[in-house]
Amino acid sequence: MRRVELVLSRLVWFVPTLLGLIIVVFLISNVVPTDPARIVAGENATQAQIDALREQMGLNEPLIVQFGIYLRDLVTGDMGRSLYTQREISSDLLHRLPATLELTFAAMILAIGLGVPLGVISAIRRNSLTDQILRLLSISGLAVASFWLAMELQMYFSTRLGWTPLNGRISGFGPENITGFVVIDSILQGDWASLKSALSHLILPAITLSLPAAATLVRFTRAGVLEVVNSNFVLYETAMGFPRSLIVWKYVLRNALISTVTQIGLVFGTLFAGAVVVEAVFDWPGLGTYAVQSILQSDTKAILGFSILVGVVFIVINLLVDIVHTFIDPRVLK
Amino acid sequence: MNESLLDVDGLSLGFSGEAGFAHILDGVTLRMKPGEIRGLVGESGCGKTTLASAILGVLPRHALKIRGGTIRFDGTDMLSRTATADQARVRGRKVTFIPQDPFTSFNPVFTIGQQVDELMKWKSPERENAGVPRHPLFTRYPRARRRRDRERILSTLASVQLPQPEQILKKYPHEVSGGQRQRLMIAMALLPEPDLIIADEPTTALDVTIQAQILGLLRKLATERGAAVLLTTHDLGSAYEICDSVTVMYAGQDVEAAPVDAFFNAPAHPYTGKLLASRPEGAGGMTGIPGEVPSFYDPPPGCRFAPRCPRATADCKRRPDPSHPGEGHMVRCYHPIDAGSAAEAAEIVGAER
Repeated sequence: MRRVELVLSRLVWFVPTLLGLIIVVFLISNVVPTDPARIVAGENATQAQIDALREQMGLNEPLIVQFGIYLRDLVTGDMGRSLYTQREISSDLLHRLPATLELTFAAMILAIGLGVPLGVISAIRRNSLTDQILRLLSISGLAVASFWLAMELQMYFSTRLGWTPLNGRISGFGPENITGFVVIDSILQGDWASLKSALSHLILPAITLSLPAAATLVRFTRAGVLEVVNSNFVLYETAMGFPRSLIVWKYVLRNALISTVTQIGLVFGTLFAGAVVVEAVFDWPGLGTYAVQSILQSDTKAILGFSILVGVVFIVINLLVDIVHTFIDPRVLK
Repeated sequence: MNESLLDVDGLSLGFSGEAGFAHILDGVTLRMKPGEIRGLVGESGCGKTTLASAILGVLPRHALKIRGGTIRFDGTDMLSRTATADQARVRGRKVTFIPQDPFTSFNPVFTIGQQVDELMKWKSPERENAGVPRHPLFTRYPRARRRRDRERILSTLASVQLPQPEQILKKYPHEVSGGQRQRLMIAMALLPEPDLIIADEPTTALDVTIQAQILGLLRKLATERGAAVLLTTHDLGSAYEICDSVTVMYAGQDVEAAPVDAFFNAPAHPYTGKLLASRPEGAGGMTGIPGEVPSFYDPPPGCRFAPRCPRATADCKRRPDPSHPGEGHMVRCYHPIDAGSAAEAAEIVGAER
């Protein structure tokens, strides 16, 4: 079947893409002028102690050998130990991944739910007041600094109104860990108090993170609809008396979504990048706060592991987008 | 007063754009009787498609200005902006459409079957009120009617000579040939059992070899089912083949309307004479008409053909009223060709030799 072939051909590219990513990130992390041995040894270590540690950590090997060793370990799932937490980096990352995925998925859902309908409305009321306002808002959404927005939301909704918690992911112990997604775990266990707590913690960071993404989707959907709305098939459907709302929300939208869906994969990358800042402000226990800590501690291997994991997630998301694409537009299977 | 099905009366409209106001249609009158097959002929850009689009209600609203005239279909005012509910009942049900380009007129991301089903969901002849419900996105297609509509669809696809209709319905538009797509368009135009089918140059996008087949099929099926057809075309040959009568347009004006025999044998308007003479098989071989079609932004007053017409006089600065040289034959000209005079016909044909 053509769909399976298409997915397989994309999967073949998975390995070289990932390898390229690892090489680039590895090189960058080695260009940074820090000495992990010095950090591990502590402030009062003698030069002899540091040299011994360098030898022990393999830092005196040529770069290509270090890379070979790193790659060999990586294949077995070993990313080394964090200098800061002293735990396996891979287990640290996997432990924190669900929190970030939960946040980014929530933001993505908000962005799609907000961006796509507003984009359609903006296009069908082209040049109206509604359209002008939406365009202004979407430019502002792209321009606003997320750390500033995050703090404003915190000040208003958490500090002044007291509607939402200031930071963190959940109050109390939370539900038993099944998937690592507290919202899903709460639902699975019927723990409605935890669900409420989880959602109230999630809402502000998700909104903060989603706004730039929603703004991007408004613009892409608007452009997509405008491109489609003057097509011959829309003229035909109109002439044949198809209900207008059906033409717009079913027949035009599905065509317009082709470009929007492609964009969603890319937007996901910006969401992950944005999550680093948003998590830091909201003290969200995900990959972002981990990355920030690692950077502050010059924990290069942890940063390396974080970058690779984000890259893998990004590639997987884009693979999923390609699969969704084949369902929306049958012509790609031709 | 009249038993006409479609009544376009004195329609004048145009579009405002950056270059000014384009006076596209100027006092166009067109009447169609039930079951009649009428050709709407003229050069490209003479307003045929604009007229068809006006009847179908698909002119671009933001730039459109209607300066006068009416379009009535079976009592429904098709121009009024307040009678939209009535218009919605007419469009797709009483009046259907065969587009010019079957390649781009299907929605590329839905199967043909989904699109035919959607049409029948709203426009099935069984649906008493063909209007739009309040929430079209959440309206169900009643199962019993769907089953009966399915029978109609399959038998209609068979009647337009599409092999294996069941398989075709499962395909996407890009998976079938242009000829098959146009047959599907004809089938979709017939399915709601309309009173009028508007076919806008339905064969120009197709191979020459299948154009005649498609037109023949359209004529046969429309006649069998009692549907009138308004066929816009610039191809006089196909008009002659399938039409009962012909209306000629020039630069947004209707200049002559006649039964097909009178049109070809006794044209009365000088433009019609020139048009017939310009056919390769015409009396003088291939001849052109000197001059150019006038600009829509600054059209000549009165008869728009006057600047190119060898018979034009000062009178022609006012638009001529219709006169009737024969039964069902209308011409708008102060100096029509006398059908009886061979010398006049020769003069027309030979004028530019």
